Amino acid sequence: MRGSRPIRRCRPTLAYAAVAAAVLVASACGARGGSGGGGESGVADVDPGAGGASGSTVTVLAAASLTEPLTALARGYEADHPGVQVRLSFGSSTTLARQVAEGAPADIVALAGSTALAKLPPDAAQDGGRATIARNAMEIATPADNPGRITALEDLSRPGLDVVLCAATVPCGAAADAVLSRAGVTPNVVSREVDVKATLAKVRLGEADAAVVYHSDVVSAGDAVHGVAIPAARNTTLDYPMLWLNRAEHTVGFAELVGSREGVTALTAAGFLAP
Amino acid sequence: MSASRRAAARTTRIGLFVPAGLAVALVALPLAALLLRADWGGLLGHLADPAVLPAIRLSLATTFTTVVVAVLVGTPLAWLLARSHSRRASWLRALITVPLVLPPVVGGVALLMAYGRRGVVGAPLLDLFGVRLPFTPVAVVLAELFVAMPFYIIAVEGAMRGVDPRLDQVAATLGASPWRCFTRVALPIAAPGMAAGAALAWARALGEFGATITFAGNFAGRTQTAPLAVYVALERDPDAAISLSLAMLVVSVVILGALRGRWVR
Repeated sequence: MRGSRPIRRCRPTLAYAAVAAAVLVASACGARGGSGGGGESGVADVDPGAGGASGSTVTVLAAASLTEPLTALARGYEADHPGVQVRLSFGSSTTLARQVAEGAPADIVALAGSTALAKLPPDAAQDGGRATIARNAMEIATPADNPGRITALEDLSRPGLDVVLCAATVPCGAAADAVLSRAGVTPNVVSREVDVKATLAKVRLGEADAAVVYHSDVVSAGDAVHGVAIPAARNTTLDYPMLWLNRAEHTVGFAELVGSREGVTALTAAGFLAP
Repeated sequence: MSASRRAAARTTRIGLFVPAGLAVALVALPLAALLLRADWGGLLGHLADPAVLPAIRLSLATTFTTVVVAVLVGTPLAWLLARSHSRRASWLRALITVPLVLPPVVGGVALLMAYGRRGVVGAPLLDLFGVRLPFTPVAVVLAELFVAMPFYIIAVEGAMRGVDPRLDQVAATLGASPWRCFTRVALPIAAPGMAAGAALAWARALGEFGATITFAGNFAGRTQTAPLAVYVALERDPDAAISLSLAMLVVSVVILGALRGRWVR
């Protein structure tokens, strides 16, 4: 009994050692393969030196509300410049600005409203440039069949309605709060979503009776939602600043396209106001 | 002989300790960074933030409800799965495991399709009883159950499989009903496994983000759980987000530690 014990104890150790060795070999192989693969597939994410503007890739971080027009412009730019890739990433302007400040690689940043600009490093655009590409106004979105029968801003305070807004920390939420408080309307807010597309999604799915979003989102959603206009006197507009962070050929090329007549046409067709 | 053995031991040690150390670093480094970057002076101020306390309270209330429901309905299922060898049971087991590998956001979309205002179950609920689930704390619990209960069921099933079938056969020959076999034989033996499963499910529920924000939304005091509050606070005040993260870390460690000392070995 006693004699067999040390041998028994030894066995698992050997087994562990074998497993550890196997894992080590596997991880070493994995690391080699991984870094090669990562370098290729994740250029825009991890390797600003190799990817980004110096090569044929332009990385654009943009406010969620710009999704449709910028995607269309990017595909057009790629078609006109074979081999060039425009990588787009959309999110709340606040999140994007924070990510850029934390070192996320980007060539162009387009934000909703100028508040989020403060989160960017002050010298972010010193090697590039900046322009206002569009403006946007707020609008009420309801599901296509408008189950809450909303026809004006005041209707939002009707009890029993479920209203969804953007979080107060992101531009669309701050703008919605401004419009509502100026009008003295206190809706039954059931959720504050992380960005404008998430807010609109709750209306598209029919989970909420209304949301206060950008006019452009109502336009881009088409028949999926019903828009209720907010009169200009009670509305608020946001500027959309665009910053390009370097002067690489295609960074400037794509920025110029967005600012061009063609870009303005695409933006206004998507429901934005001309800058 | 002894020299070569010592060399072998050294090789073994390096072969084990290097990857083991790497594993520790991968887990410990971010946690240590959280502690290093915390604004200790402002910690109490941040925790007194009107958005923080309700979020922690809601998280504790919903996660404990989740664990209680998981224990009540998950334990019988785990027992049935542990004692069945049919093909149907293995399909059922696979189905229960799906949320473990499903991205939680997808779970949130699925929950909306089921319990949303226009959902398969949600629409009749609204029409017949006027009950609306999304954007309520109940939705938070449903989301947490969806992602966390499978952890409990799988853990408990494993523990119950370890219950020697001869023990319930003996109990049965002594005249115990199947129910009595379950409550007096299987449950006591599987209790440590149940505690471990409950702790695991609780921790998973506490960390739940994707399904919650998709299905239950994000509203302070009603559906904004602590992870959602951390995410939103990160936009507004990163220091507050770090403080809240620390609070969650402490709560998790304390409760897991208590469970471990009490029931889990």
